[in-house]
Amino acid sequence: MGPRLHGDDYMVGANAAMLMMVVKRMLIAVPSLIGVVIVTFLLTRALPGDPAAYFAGPAATKEAIEQIRVTLGLDRPLYVQFIRYVGDLARGDLGNSLTTGQPVGYEIKTRLPASAELTLLGLMVSMAIAVPLGILAATRPNSIIDHVCRVVSTAGVSLPVFFTGLILIYVFYYLLGWAPAPLGRLDVFFSPPPHVTGFYLVDSLIAGGGEVFFASLKQLVLPALTLGIFSLAPIARMTRASMLAVLASDFVRTARASGLTPFTVIVTYAFRNAMLPVITTLGMVFSFLLGANVLVEKVFAWPGIGSFAVEALIASDFAPLQGFVLTMAVMYVVLNLLIDVLYGLIDPRVRIEA
Amino acid sequence: MLSPEASQPNSSPTPNPSPQGGGESTASVATSRGISAGIRIAPALAHNTGFSAGLRHARYILSENAVTGFAFALFLAIVLAALAGPYLVPYDPLASDTAAALKAPSAAHWFGTDQLGRDVFSRVVVATRLDFFIAVASVALVFLMGGLAGVAAGFFGGWTDRVVGRIADTIMAFPLFVLAMGIVAALGNTVQNVVLATAIVNFPLYARIARAEANVRREAGFVQAARLSGNGELRILLAQILPNIMPIMVVQMSLTMGYAILNAAGLSFIGLGVRPPTAEWGIMVAEGSAFMVSGEWWIAFFPGAALMVAVFCFNLLGDGLRDIVDPQRRT
Amino acid sequence: MTEAVPLLDVADLTVEFTTRRGIVRAVEHVDVRIAKGETVGIVGESGSGKSVTSYAVMRILDRAGRIAAGAVHFTGLDVRAASEDQMRNLRGREMSMIFQNPRAALNPIRKVGRQIEDVLEQHSQVDSSALTDKAIEILDQVRIARPRERYHAYPFELSGGMCQRVVIALALACRPQLLIADEPTTGLDVTTQKTVMDLIVELTKQRGMSTILITHDLGLAATYCDRVVVMEKGRVVETALSREIFTAPSHPYTRKLMRATPRPGTSLRDLLPEDESLYEARPPTATPTLQGGGKPTESAARSNGKSGAPLLVVEKLVKEYPRKGLGGFAKIFQRQPAPEPETFRAVDGISFTINRGESVGLVGESGCGKSTTSTMVMRLIDKSDGVIMFDGEDIGAIAAKAFAKLPLRKRIQMVFQDPTDSLNPRFTAARAIADPILRLANLKGRESVRARCEALARQVGLPVELLDRFPHQLSGGQKARVGIARAIALNPELVILDEPTAALDVSVQAVVLNLLQELKDTLGMSYLFVSHDLNVVRLLCDRVIVMRAGRIVEQGPTEEILVSPQAQYTRDLLAAIPHPMFA
Repeated sequence: MGPRLHGDDYMVGANAAMLMMVVKRMLIAVPSLIGVVIVTFLLTRALPGDPAAYFAGPAATKEAIEQIRVTLGLDRPLYVQFIRYVGDLARGDLGNSLTTGQPVGYEIKTRLPASAELTLLGLMVSMAIAVPLGILAATRPNSIIDHVCRVVSTAGVSLPVFFTGLILIYVFYYLLGWAPAPLGRLDVFFSPPPHVTGFYLVDSLIAGGGEVFFASLKQLVLPALTLGIFSLAPIARMTRASMLAVLASDFVRTARASGLTPFTVIVTYAFRNAMLPVITTLGMVFSFLLGANVLVEKVFAWPGIGSFAVEALIASDFAPLQGFVLTMAVMYVVLNLLIDVLYGLIDPRVRIEA
Repeated sequence: MLSPEASQPNSSPTPNPSPQGGGESTASVATSRGISAGIRIAPALAHNTGFSAGLRHARYILSENAVTGFAFALFLAIVLAALAGPYLVPYDPLASDTAAALKAPSAAHWFGTDQLGRDVFSRVVVATRLDFFIAVASVALVFLMGGLAGVAAGFFGGWTDRVVGRIADTIMAFPLFVLAMGIVAALGNTVQNVVLATAIVNFPLYARIARAEANVRREAGFVQAARLSGNGELRILLAQILPNIMPIMVVQMSLTMGYAILNAAGLSFIGLGVRPPTAEWGIMVAEGSAFMVSGEWWIAFFPGAALMVAVFCFNLLGDGLRDIVDPQRRT
Repeated sequence: MTEAVPLLDVADLTVEFTTRRGIVRAVEHVDVRIAKGETVGIVGESGSGKSVTSYAVMRILDRAGRIAAGAVHFTGLDVRAASEDQMRNLRGREMSMIFQNPRAALNPIRKVGRQIEDVLEQHSQVDSSALTDKAIEILDQVRIARPRERYHAYPFELSGGMCQRVVIALALACRPQLLIADEPTTGLDVTTQKTVMDLIVELTKQRGMSTILITHDLGLAATYCDRVVVMEKGRVVETALSREIFTAPSHPYTRKLMRATPRPGTSLRDLLPEDESLYEARPPTATPTLQGGGKPTESAARSNGKSGAPLLVVEKLVKEYPRKGLGGFAKIFQRQPAPEPETFRAVDGISFTINRGESVGLVGESGCGKSTTSTMVMRLIDKSDGVIMFDGEDIGAIAAKAFAKLPLRKRIQMVFQDPTDSLNPRFTAARAIADPILRLANLKGRESVRARCEALARQVGLPVELLDRFPHQLSGGQKARVGIARAIALNPELVILDEPTAALDVSVQAVVLNLLQELKDTLGMSYLFVSHDLNVVRLLCDRVIVMRAGRIVEQGPTEEILVSPQAQYTRDLLAAIPHPMFA
């Protein structure tokens, strides 16, 4: 790379700027995390009845409730309770689940990979469809594909995610028999692959078990598709809109007036710029996805943290629910952090002005 | 709401050449008449002559864009079902008849019957009122909370802005549905809390839009001019800025109506808020979901489809309103 | 001129746009010929179709537009019939274009050097190993200092003038035969405008290129072009040699446009069309109403005070802003202390006075602090330091927020830069004019307010029947009149004019400037006229203050400053104004 030599100093500077941006962004995440902790704390204290009774569960005796009150420190002033709550969180103690008897932290840790695998696959499905669809629609206004994109993006946001899941089950399981029964991550005839990442697809490949891989893929297809359809709409809509805006911009006109090929204009000039708003939208998409995940897990009896929370809700078991809300929020904050870093990688303005 | 201005396509040949609705009355666009305000505003953003042109533009949108016209008709149907639903349906939505349980759709039971023999059609229609109420109430609430807070934040800046921004950021740090779950679970399992939770999770969206719109106008020439004319800051906010932001907020309200319904239905689907045997779309889908794998599709399908149609209608209507209000931002 | 085969031959060109309201003809039957090595200006006001013509030549009209009739031949090639591939080979290599708003014309997230390489690569001008060197060489040719470093810069890191140089580099990279410059200097400061235009002319002349300069500024076109084509409403109304256009304009529109362009040696009256009924009926300024309006006594009283104490005294006025950027955590993580002070002085200790009945021009380029100064005097923002005395009262000491409701507010008013932006889109013209009256005047009752609005409308030459219209239903000139009517509604003593004509076409500007002068004479107001254009200021002002970087460079009587400027900066400013040599 001879000619680039002179830019080396510049590149070093850019890397430092990038690092600076990441650090700065991480610091911005700190107040969000504090906010999350305060809100989850307040949620438990906002319980209309007696929080101790709530935590003790519906079947608890008076003595048991009193005992819970003391163990949880609910008889102490609010700030003491808060300090204690933060201390517990620091040690990873989220309390115990009444229904399973296990620590909530343990339950969430074991169930998280199931949820993560499903959500990520869902997102990949929708990105793979939505981005090309949006681009094609924007480059061919009023064509068939443009109309398809418009219908998809309006209809998509109107679909209740649990309803989509049920329809898919009815069609592909009941009518066609193509999909396996919507009962969890793996057919009962298979045993889960040895735990490495917790993602069955990855773990089964590591273990070299092709059968297990396909069995778990089969289970994943419908719920992932459900999530994919759900998040398709906002991504396609934003891709189309921002692509249209960029294609109408002055610099694309300059590129055209310079005789660059349509491919260069669309890919090098328009696409990268158009992706910026799409990446920003991803934050919102994740927000929707993590919420929709709860509903999809319930529909497909998926043993993730969402169904764990729903079970806890039904049993009026509050500690798991609190742990669930906290985990989801922390994950979401981290995802947003990643999104911002990704944004900075593409957009020099963020990086350098940081 | 919308009917008086928008649904009179051919009643008058629009003889009034200049905007009679102008003058002092423009400043007092009532927030409660939000949607008609959206159409009234159209002339301000359209290109030629005034109020009549705005109406013409609205009519153009409705007639040229059959989809928006369709959405509007659907909207009227939903309002009708919400208002008169219980008086129109053939069966008592709560009356069970075990002899007639799990019957497929027929002439007697258009949408079939559920596991308790209740008429699905009657339940779907009656549920409109509750779902519609939740959507309208939560959107109205969030407009008052988020919209006003955002306008104030964008206009006054300073600590108002920081406080509103901090609140919005904290709410935004949660996946919204998850936060709504937490709020309803903590505050108690009631419809009011579902409304409140839905409003709270939408707060950042409204606050941000209103803030951005108010912020760009904060130093606009006409606002500076109003200061020179002796207007106090509060008056400028209410009389000059707010009316200019209303169209955008109205579009947003229409779009979030759909989200509010989805959110509420999602909550009741997992057992929060509405309790059985109340007829509500989300809970009906939840009840019918177990029968999907055994082939009794209609129990979950019709309430789910009703939900979908309602949300679809609000989204189309929101897009249509946006076309009227801001022809440039068509997507 | 040798009339062999012209480089570019546009014959009978008609361009149509499909809009919601049907088909609109943006350009009709336009003929333009450009010979090799010739520089031609296409001049017209907004909506004249000058830019559309050039887009049609390049065939980069957007989807809604199409060439409906006529022919475009470029070096013998039929542009209308050429394939898209042929056109792409032409664009950038044989003919290229530079645009208004240079910053937006560059890809914001691609290094400028890479953007130049893209063009070189496309037209395979050099082999890939030499691309970077070539790009740097081209940056050097457009006088970009330290081109090796700037190769790696992103557009947002460069100034507007620098971005325009990059755009020029992009356009000239492949040594095309024709350069189309579409308002290349609009939005740039006058000194930057001069360097950019000089650069374009030098490079194109050097390479024997032909140039089309599209501009609204007749003076600019006449200064830099061999020939000028004047367009109006999609048609060519006149084509003439530059040296002839000022001396013997043949078409009435050209005459009007020419007269309206402020030049040295003209007076305000000269800007208006010689025969007013010929082109556009002059709005009824209703001079009789003015005299009958009951104001002359007051204005007479004011003029009498002219000899007395000055109306406005500004002393050592300072406005500081915190330097944006680093704050909070980032500050902690910074290794070395920031070299720059924490604050930035937008206005740095300026002093001046305005006497009663006087108009004073405040001139400077963007960012010089002139608008900040006027906003402080206006009491819309608070000063950091210094004194603002108005008629003996220390108004600088009153907080901007509190000032809005004081009776003093009535006495200082303002006409804003952008007439569109300064009118509430939801208020009718009448409501806008009535706003200050309702708030601050002791006028009661709907009828009397309305009557006052109508009187004001007549005073500023706004037809009364337009009072019930909304801003978007009014033309730029009409909106400007509404803004002026609002400003004078309370009979202010001091009116600040903040670039009141910057957003207007020259012919409208001419009318508005005359109106302002007339109003000043009849109402006896004082003006503080903020502008970037010395030529415009000269027409209206008794004295001029020249500002740069927050300080006053020079101030004095207008003629003195214009004829024998003392400061080098004033001389630069004057020299940068395009002067057609044959005027």
